[in-house]
Amino acid sequence: MEQPLIKDGRRVDGRAFDEMRPIRIEVGVLKRADGSCYFELGDNKVIAAVYGPRELHPRHYQDAKRAIIQYRYNMAPFSVDERKRPGPDRRSIEISKVSREALEPVIMTEFYPRTTIDIFVEVLQSDAGTRTAGINAASVALADAGIPMRGLVSAIAVGKVDGEIVLDLNAIEDNYGDADMPVAMIAKTNTITMIQMDGKMTREEIQKGLEIAKNACRKIYQMQREALISKYSEEIE
Amino acid sequence: MGSDIAEEMRRDYVCDLIRSGKRMDGRRFLEYREIIVEKGVVKRAEGSARVKIGNTQVLVGVKMEIGEPFPDIPNEGVIITNAEFVPLASPEFEPGPPDENSVELARIVDRGIRGSHALDVESLCIEEGEKVWMIFIDIHVLDDDGNLVDASALGAIAALMNTRIPYERHGFSPREVNPKVDNLMVKYTPVAVTTVEIDGNILVDPNMFEESAADARLIVTSTEDGDISCIQKSGRGVLSENTFERMIDIAVEEAHRIRKIYLR
Repeated sequence: MEQPLIKDGRRVDGRAFDEMRPIRIEVGVLKRADGSCYFELGDNKVIAAVYGPRELHPRHYQDAKRAIIQYRYNMAPFSVDERKRPGPDRRSIEISKVSREALEPVIMTEFYPRTTIDIFVEVLQSDAGTRTAGINAASVALADAGIPMRGLVSAIAVGKVDGEIVLDLNAIEDNYGDADMPVAMIAKTNTITMIQMDGKMTREEIQKGLEIAKNACRKIYQMQREALISKYSEEIE
Repeated sequence: MGSDIAEEMRRDYVCDLIRSGKRMDGRRFLEYREIIVEKGVVKRAEGSARVKIGNTQVLVGVKMEIGEPFPDIPNEGVIITNAEFVPLASPEFEPGPPDENSVELARIVDRGIRGSHALDVESLCIEEGEKVWMIFIDIHVLDDDGNLVDASALGAIAALMNTRIPYERHGFSPREVNPKVDNLMVKYTPVAVTTVEIDGNILVDPNMFEESAADARLIVTSTEDGDISCIQKSGRGVLSENTFERMIDIAVEEAHRIRKIYLR
């Protein structure tokens, strides 16, 4: 791209390097689901629903010791500029896998042997960062469904744009930037539950990026927590 | 699926050994299995390589065709990576459309090559917006004794280094396109190295039993300049920051060693 992605220390949308886009969280937005969450990250709009624990068919997929987790990340056809053909493609198959693995560490699956906990994430509007928005939403939706968890998972991407390490890439930065590294963490313990990197980064840049992502995950964790507390304190009143 | 009890026993066995500082095949924790790379093993392919890591075995073939570029990058060739976990390679594999593991593997290999700029994609453009070379990297898994990702990534880059552009089959005389060479130019050699953490110990190149005993593995692909072109945590476990950082250092160092010996 001809135009610079960074000018006078600011990014294309005016943000500082370590600044996230605004986040909005709503808990319990769907009636039929056992738990749900609507999550906005800038222009990303995603919705997560949790069903279960419930019976799993076919039975040979059951695990005698724990619940299995199924995660489906799906983009609405109208969520991107060029219509996305409905149904799973290779990208969404991989995202579903790593997102499931991002959440499995905190779910106490051992309480519900032979069942399934199903997590469905629908991307309604996309602007880069949908997998992390989906994980954030799913994490809150699991809590909303009353599923016992060891902690909440919070996720955000960092990346490299015009040689700078920046937090939470938007679509332009993602398309024309040099690298993208989505991270999911249990903010309470600083453990990584998902990390991917796509592009080219040096060893030092990865370290720096992880540090920035870690701080951002802590902030997201606070917001997730507050959203849950405010929903359930309302109900008590 | 396999039997749960047998899997648990294997897991205990692997973990007990590791606690006493040993691995089931006698390797040290940071020791890789023996690698064999054979290039040019399939005559019909533009490039090919067979890689063995211990008993793990993959065959990678490169085919090139002329096609249309993507509209948003009209002056770049197209790279398409695919992996098939054929049922002959493991009792766990079933025929049918690619499952999430083979999709993940192919995408990790693909990102490693793309991110490293191993191929000069602009040189694969024949006519901007109309005709470009499409490179198909097909990974055929033959025997799964663990660590398919490293074997596949190594097979892919070795096969690319072995690729001759099929000018004549597509009606070009070699001179029209590139007077000097009809070998595919490979600028960087990304090498993927997988590590796992079991009981607080980091192991490089897990075999099948170690892979299933570990809750999480980290794949790090790096190039000769020490830069990293792909990272992926895979599996339902977690990694501490410290483990993650150490795994990267181990992977980069091991990649240098593998590259020097097998990708000259």
